[in-house]
Parts: sequence; structure tokens; C-alpha cells
Amino acid sequence: MTLRPRINRLFRFQWEPAQQAHVLLYPEGMVKLNQSAGEILKRCDGSRDLPAIVADLEASFNATGLTPDVEAFLAMAEEQNWIDWTEA
Amino acid sequence: MDTLLVPPEALQPAARRAGPLWLLAEVTYRCPLHCAFCYNPVDFAAAGPELSTDDWLSVIRQAREMGAAQFGISGGEPLLRDDIEILVAEARRLGFYTNLITSGVGLTEARLAALKEAGLDHIQLSFQDATREANDLITNTRTFDLKRKVAALTKAAGYPTVINCVLHRSNIDHLDRIIGMAVEIGAEYLELANTQYHGWAFLNREALMPSTAQLAEAEAVTERWRQKLGKKMRILFVTPDYQSKKPKKCMNGWGEVFLSVTPDGLALPCHTARMLPGLDFPDVREHTLDWIWHDSPLFNRFRGTAWLPDTCQSCEDKEKDHGGCRCQAFMLTGDPSATDPVCPKSPDHALIESALATAERQDNCHPLVFRDPKASKMLGRAF
Ligand code: SF4
Ligand code: SF4
Repeated sequence: MTLRPRINRLFRFQWEPAQQAHVLLYPEGMVKLNQSAGEILKRCDGSRDLPAIVADLEASFNATGLTPDVEAFLAMAEEQNWIDWTEA
Repeated sequence: MDTLLVPPEALQPAARRAGPLWLLAEVTYRCPLHCAFCYNPVDFAAAGPELSTDDWLSVIRQAREMGAAQFGISGGEPLLRDDIEILVAEARRLGFYTNLITSGVGLTEARLAALKEAGLDHIQLSFQDATREANDLITNTRTFDLKRKVAALTKAAGYPTVINCVLHRSNIDHLDRIIGMAVEIGAEYLELANTQYHGWAFLNREALMPSTAQLAEAEAVTERWRQKLGKKMRILFVTPDYQSKKPKKCMNGWGEVFLSVTPDGLALPCHTARMLPGLDFPDVREHTLDWIWHDSPLFNRFRGTAWLPDTCQSCEDKEKDHGGCRCQAFMLTGDPSATDPVCPKSPDHALIESALATAERQDNCHPLVFRDPKASKMLGRAF
């Protein structure tokens, strides 16, 4: 059993042209995300587990050793209710 | 990856003020309910004809173009219009987050399916029926049954159940049962909003304002439930301005993020601003939203802090609250540019103290005036 993060249904994640940023929308509010947060959440679509997300980010940005950062961000995102984990 | 959130200051482009982020469409003043705590203007019955579907679509498109991301639909009871689905569909297509604020009356299975199909993101169900018969939503089983039915429908359609309940002198003592009801219905989120005294609520202020003891008990009850429920249901308790003595920034600042449009097409920087005297409210059929937001005298009248009265100018909190609520200042002092009397530094703060003293009296029994078109015409005033 692997756990895969996805955006909590209370939020909608999208690219917002006026902000030139990814945002999370929820009733009467909006969180503007910086680039790294946006790139991580973009990959939280319920189809990838943590290693897959990290691998994809590392490939896209030509980086290594992103696991701790991604983990820390996802823990924060879960705390904020932005994501939840689905079993696959 | 250290700072993940861009601080809000960074949202403001230096050259031109940002557009509104939040568009609220008050699509109708018609409502099947008659809440005595309604914030709609008392003279709503004198408002002009409602905007057409095309008028609304144009407002929605312009607001999105300006960068607005939130689209709220309220009223009155918005479901009394049969074009809500069309407005939601267009707003959603353009990228708005769409939120319907409804009493649930008229939310049939078919209607809900159509709204879902249109892409509606969120439904906020109000528990706000202070009925003529009982003025006590707990004893009114018909309302409870309706809410229960509607909540079950929305849940089945995949929406989280978000309930808003207005608290006042006659229902606040039943808070324990109100929260219990929300739990039974399976709510994920419950907002307990103490009455804001605008419109009909101001007219009924004496009858609606709870005593200090009632409020303290309500907060204790809320805390007990929070302990018990943990993350299962989140409860937000909004303290009333009068008691908290903290002036609040009108809708996050006049003309900063929020734009609301009345059923008859007037653009407002706050959904109750219509009561303010001496202001020209721009009509969305006559002006572009861009002009209204950036250039209209109305949206610039109380923007920022330059206009603030002396009491506030010398105060360190002025950026935090911009002198408080303009409508409250006007209703209480007759001067819309006065310091909000809720603030203890206001020269008019005694007005708040005396209202609070009245709320402490046990023999306080004022009749409620219920919101309906007949009373509206008869009273013929804004609040
Ligand atoms: S507060 Fe009550 S009367 Fe006023 S619009 Fe809402 S449901 Fe209708
Ligand atoms: S004096 Fe004015 S600025 Fe200062 S706290 Fe009171 S309302 Fe706010």
C-alpha cells in the first residue's frame, strides 16, 4: 500500500494569470504559492507517491536531494489541510 | 525552499492598484425567509428591477479580467433566480472559485445536479431562520428537517458541509443543541457568527443583542464541543464587534479586495455600504468595473487612511483597522467618516456602552421586526 498526496477537496489548485503564480482557492480566500510550492502541489494529483514526486521534480529542475524539502513541505501542506493522502 | 508563501505585500504591483480579488453577486433581495437579523437594507423593497442574466455575465467577465478569483452568490435567496446555473458555469469557465450562499430553500436534487454540472465549487448553508412563530430555530422542526435534507443532498453530491449560523439573544442559549444538530447533519465546518448590526439587524438590535453572560456561556459551550470533536468538525466563533470592542477593517479595507453588486446593479465596496448618505453608487450598466474600481469617487472615498478623522490619524492601529466599519460609524453617529464607535478611543463610544448596558437588562423584551417587503415599504428607511 502506498500513499499518494492529492489536493484536499476544500481547495482548488490552479495557475492564476493575474498573480503570475499558482494559487489555492477556497471559500472566500486564496493562498498565493511561490514557485517551489506550486511545482510540488502541481504533482499532488493522487497518482504519484512521494518518491515519484521527488523523482519528477529532480528531473524537471535538474536537482538532487530534494526529498527532505518536499517531505517538509508536504507535512506543512497536510497541517494546513491543503492536501490529504489517498491509498492506492 | 525556505519561504514558500509570498508575503501579501508582494501582491501589490507598484504601478497600478490591484483589481478586486473577490466579487460578491447579491442577485436578488427576494427571500422566502424573514430573518429579523438580515443585513439587507430595510428599504430593499424600493430597489430597482433586478439585473438581467447578460448584465451579470458582463460583470463576471469584467471582474475576472481584473484578476478577481472568488465569486460568491448570495441575496436574498439566490435560488429564487433561475439563471444561477448560467452564472456559475460562466464564472467557473473563466477560472473563478464559485461559492453559493443559500438558506437551502429551493435547493432540490435537480437544481443541485445542475449546479454541480455547471462547476459550482462550494455551498454555504445558512441556519438562519428566526421564524415568526417561534423565533427559535431549534423548536422549528420544519426548518431543521429541510436543512437536514439539503445537507444530505449536498453531501451526496460530494460537497463538504459548511454551515453558518447567526447567533442572537433568542437562540444563543441553545447553542449546545445547535452544535449538536450540526454534528448530526455531518457538518465539516460550522461558523457561529454573532449578529452584525446592519440593516434589519440594526433595527432589531435591542431584541437581538445577547448579554455578557450569554456570550460567555456560548464561548464555553463552543470550547467544550471543540475539545470533543477535534478535527472532525471545525467551529469558528465570530465574536461580536460591540463586545470585543475591536473595530474591524471593512471587508479588508474599502476598495482593497472586495466588490459587491446589488440586485439592481449598484457596485459597492462592502455589502452594506448602500445605506451610506451622500455617496453616488455607480451602476454596473452605466460604467465599466475598471472605472468603478479604480476611478469612481465611491471606491476612493474611504480608501486607505488619508481620510481618517483625527482620533484615528494619531493612532498606531490605523493601518490595522482603517478606523473600523463605515456603516457602523454612520448608523450610530450620523457621520460616515467618524471613528467606529466600537473603538474605546472613539468620542462616541458611550453609544456602544449604553447598547451593551441595555443587553444586560433582564426586563429587555423588544418585539422583533421581521424582514419582509411589506414592512420594508412601511418603514421606508435604510436601517
Ligand atoms: S438573512 Fe434571512 S431574510 Fe435575509 S436574505 Fe438571508 S435568509 Fe433571507
Ligand atoms: S482610534 Fe481609529 S485607528 Fe485607532 S483603534 Fe480606534 S478605530 Fe482603529
